[in-house]
Amino acid sequence: MQERKIETRRGLKSRVLEGGRGAPLVYFHGAGGLFKEEPLLERLTGHFHVFAPEWPGYGVEGGEDKLEDMLDFALHGWDVVDALGLERPSLLGHSMGGMIAAEMACIASRSLAKLALVAPAGLWIDSLPIPDLFSMLPFELVGALFADPKNGERFLTGGIDFTNPDALTQFLVGNARRLGTAGKILFPIPNRRVSKRLYRLTAPTLLVWGTADKLIPFGYAARWRELLPNARLAAIEGGAHMVCHEQPDAVAAEIERFLSAP
Amino acid sequence: MPWPHLPEDFRQTHRSVWVDIDSRLYDPAEGNRVYHEYMDQLEYADSLGFDGIGVNEHHQNAYGLMPSPNIIAAGLARRTSRAAIAVIGNSIALYNPPIRVAEEFAMLDVISGGRLVAGFPVGTPMDTNFCYGQIPALTRDKYYEAHELIMRAWREPEPFAFDGKYNQLRYVNCWPRPIQKPHPPIYIPGGGSIETWDFCVEHDYNYSYLSYGGYKAGKALLDGYWERVAALGKDESPYRASFAQVVCVADTDADAEKLYAEHVLYFYNRCLHVYLGFADPPGYRTVKTIQSGKLNQFRAENQRLFTSLSWKELVDGGYVIAGSPATVRERMEHMIKDLRLGAVFLLFMIGNMPDDKVRHSTKLFAEKVMPQLRDIWPEWKQDDRFWVKPLETRVRPELPRNGR
Repeated sequence: MQERKIETRRGLKSRVLEGGRGAPLVYFHGAGGLFKEEPLLERLTGHFHVFAPEWPGYGVEGGEDKLEDMLDFALHGWDVVDALGLERPSLLGHSMGGMIAAEMACIASRSLAKLALVAPAGLWIDSLPIPDLFSMLPFELVGALFADPKNGERFLTGGIDFTNPDALTQFLVGNARRLGTAGKILFPIPNRRVSKRLYRLTAPTLLVWGTADKLIPFGYAARWRELLPNARLAAIEGGAHMVCHEQPDAVAAEIERFLSAP
Repeated sequence: MPWPHLPEDFRQTHRSVWVDIDSRLYDPAEGNRVYHEYMDQLEYADSLGFDGIGVNEHHQNAYGLMPSPNIIAAGLARRTSRAAIAVIGNSIALYNPPIRVAEEFAMLDVISGGRLVAGFPVGTPMDTNFCYGQIPALTRDKYYEAHELIMRAWREPEPFAFDGKYNQLRYVNCWPRPIQKPHPPIYIPGGGSIETWDFCVEHDYNYSYLSYGGYKAGKALLDGYWERVAALGKDESPYRASFAQVVCVADTDADAEKLYAEHVLYFYNRCLHVYLGFADPPGYRTVKTIQSGKLNQFRAENQRLFTSLSWKELVDGGYVIAGSPATVRERMEHMIKDLRLGAVFLLFMIGNMPDDKVRHSTKLFAEKVMPQLRDIWPEWKQDDRFWVKPLETRVRPELPRNGR
């Protein structure tokens, strides 16, 4: 995929990965950010014109101090769509990105074609508490996110050599910025009450969920479907939270089928 | 104010002394005894002539049993009348609205006759973020807003509207008002965030470095602070800085180890056993502070260090100042001069130290160490900006009066 820079009307700059041809599809990444390898996006470029913007706080551009609450994030999402010059794109969001995409769809329900959410954050069920991402140590994080922790580590760290103090400081700074930004809508409970606004979400919606998700358990899919009775659920057998990265073929197939349907 | 009954295998059987510690380790009936013992010790310090007695705020932990230091301070205000009451302090970002702190501190200042030292910590991540749910990346911003609101509430004579990001109040009108004008001395306890330095210097607040790393480790940090003081063109009054130090005094150096070692080790081994995931949530520290390389004292390196230290290493490394009055005096003097301190928060009660030992150490310090440390900064003797200004004539509630 190609890389380009955009600037929103508010003046926030962002790096965007772009590739493929076809109907426009905007992907919003989760709290971990865009990784060096994004296998799902690579596959989706085979059928769609894919755009993957980076949230403020995740790239070199800064500007995260401008985003303080859920409305700021959701409006920034639409600012990005505007800056890309897209008309009624479909939105795809993973985890925190799914939470924001759902919020965007509630705010401007007629500005998108379809919505696909992969293990979205945004709801809370007392009997099914989501583990506290913000108190996890790196090695615990990998286990909570990936079915295959060994491979997951490679995604998360991008192969950084942690014995190099400069690389470590750089990683810590990056991590503080990324999760510090995410904390504004995920800490201490990742629920900013999208549930009371979901009645506005009229776009056709697909939920994709790994059945072995240890971060946002599969049980949340049922709750989303109660709130979105017309949504379709695609369960990915044995998938963990980072199912986009670990089972990109299965996830891509579901999304392609959903977006290509009339 | 630690809980003195953590089991010997606490580190192995519990992941953290803070946040999610097993509540069954707390015994309320024993708590009744413990609170009064600790408050008695602070009152005892007042009777021995210490300049101040101090309390602070922590939540959900066995390290410091004061979720509300103001409650303890209120008790002390009624039973003492000389020493300053240093509440170091209230984590102002946690109060909604923070006008509550302006009110309670004003109450304490009035009840104590103008003896309040008002501390405004940002708060540890354990307390602020994990126990009280504040968003890490917004905590500092909220703190600054709370500070502005409280200071205006104390200063402005007319009711005013406050249109903040986190607090909107149509009528701010603090009643009662503090005795000390324009406000009680402000102490800002810090754990090493470099933003805090400039904040203290710009407002002429005392920077209080609270760590258990001792004065040798504190040197590098205080040097950084004094550099900022100079860079911002302020005078170098030592009363701009204070420091917390564990101190154990005995008749001889050997006695100090015999009497106090096990209790100090209890503290370093068990009371500082904080789960690393609670020590440093992303967003709590600013990028600037991370880049400065000043790591949070509860991080892994320190945790490993603290728990493996022997008594000898604690003493030689300056974590603890312990020994005969002569030894302690010499080390204290060196520390005060080297770090350029106007005040030292002396921690005599540490870990699970029994009352008689705490009093022994406190008394020896007051009688045989303190007198020699009083005139270290003669050229700054007149500087009263950083200390309390009590009423000349004030109620002495601890004494019998009017037939009561």
